[in-house]
Amino acid sequence: MRYMLLIYGDESGWGNLSEADQQAEMAKWFAYTEEMQKAGVSTQGEALQPTATATTVRDNGGEPLVTDGPFAETKEQLGGYYLLDVADLDEAIKWAHKCPGAKYGKIELRPIQEFPDPS
Amino acid sequence: MGGDVDRAEEAVQDAYAVALDRWPRDGVPSTPAAWILTTAKRRAIDRLRREAALRERQALLARELEEAVRDLPGEDDEMIPDERLGLVFACCHPALALEAQVPLTLRLVGGLTVPEIARALLLPEPTVAQRLVRAKKKVRLSGIPLAEPEPDALPGRLGAVLAVLYLVFNEGYAATAGDALVRDDLAAEAIRLARIVHELLPAEPEPAGLLALMLLHQARRPARVSDAGELVLLSEQDRGRWDRAAIASALPLVDAALTLRHPPGPYALQAAIAAVHARAPRPQDTDWHEIALLYRELVRVLPSPVVALNRAVAVSMAAGPTAGPTAGLALIDQLVARGELDDYHLLHAARADLLRRTGRDADAAAAYERALALATNEPERRFLAARLEECRG
Repeated sequence: MRYMLLIYGDESGWGNLSEADQQAEMAKWFAYTEEMQKAGVSTQGEALQPTATATTVRDNGGEPLVTDGPFAETKEQLGGYYLLDVADLDEAIKWAHKCPGAKYGKIELRPIQEFPDPS
Repeated sequence: MGGDVDRAEEAVQDAYAVALDRWPRDGVPSTPAAWILTTAKRRAIDRLRREAALRERQALLARELEEAVRDLPGEDDEMIPDERLGLVFACCHPALALEAQVPLTLRLVGGLTVPEIARALLLPEPTVAQRLVRAKKKVRLSGIPLAEPEPDALPGRLGAVLAVLYLVFNEGYAATAGDALVRDDLAAEAIRLARIVHELLPAEPEPAGLLALMLLHQARRPARVSDAGELVLLSEQDRGRWDRAAIASALPLVDAALTLRHPPGPYALQAAIAAVHARAPRPQDTDWHEIALLYRELVRVLPSPVVALNRAVAVSMAAGPTAGPTAGLALIDQLVARGELDDYHLLHAARADLLRRTGRDADAAAAYERALALATNEPERRFLAARLEECRG
């Protein structure tokens, strides 16, 4: 079963860390990613730039309506994601719990909607 | 299958559980009934083989060696011996909201119908139906496995499991509709499962408390319904009919539940209350003061209107300046004023009883009428109707 593993946290926390702490934190993320790849459970994952760099787009009568910032201001923001392929929710929960982001934020697990192959 | 009806039923139950797991993923087979029967037969044969193998192993090993082997993890060793109990733990998965776990377990494991579940949870039927639909959808779409949890996750799942087992027991103990006041099969099943949980987690107080509570209720069952099928009140029961062996087995569990953790939990307290009744040789020997005190503790850890109602009844039975029927009535009227339990027949029945005891027959009659309009269990209805007649006559 495939899940999106969505990492939410207060992104302002990063700026408060010393450079040494930031490096230590990054090491944890790299180790986590590597562990998932070795286990064959994650085929893709990325960190996102902070929400200050976001751009929101919607359609306004045929014209694009473009605004600066994320779609909504939230206390915790989406910071990154992984695409998981595991047996069931319990396995997904195990990996979500191991995620460094689970310590100071929340991990949302959302099953992927599988559509039948059109071919 | 050798005419062993129990085994056959279990096997079919197993088959349904497997179906619930597989069909959402793999699709419904073209002949579902045949699939169920084939699967049931296969699982019955597997189960017989496993049981035969287990008996052989136990016979060969020395007792000490047996225990050593049981403590080691092994590929074939199942942590939970009963597969239905595994299903209970799975239905109580934390990814399901608690309000979904309880009806789902009652449905899949207890086999209760939607009306029975609605009655037990004091909820409207459409609400129950909706929660079941949502829960099954969540299980299916989010990939919740219908399997036993890892051993380290067991204690966490406990609260929901115990709540569900108690509901199943209560449904069996006092059936919501129909002529039988008690349904042995459900109550016995709940006790069996509660005992397994207690043996799996002996350091946990609440499984012991729940098991004791169920045993004590069950011990009174032989005296609860008269030969004519009428409800017999606790105060009028022939205590010679109580199952003394069941009571004796429950009392040490009560002590354990009360002392394993402080403050005592709700099942421990409820079991302690039942134990006070069980220890009284005659109704007039009942220590109602002790019961009222225990209920006061219980209201703190389990602040539900039903508990408050039971406390009011206990207070009404105790003696003293702040006890007795008038004091009990005042507590019940507090509930009524808050609009609590207006649809609960036992509230009106209790109120009617206290009104009767304080000489307010006309008010008592009105309350008995309300209770009768809400009660669905035949022996209870006959009892209420008889009391109503007394008040009118």
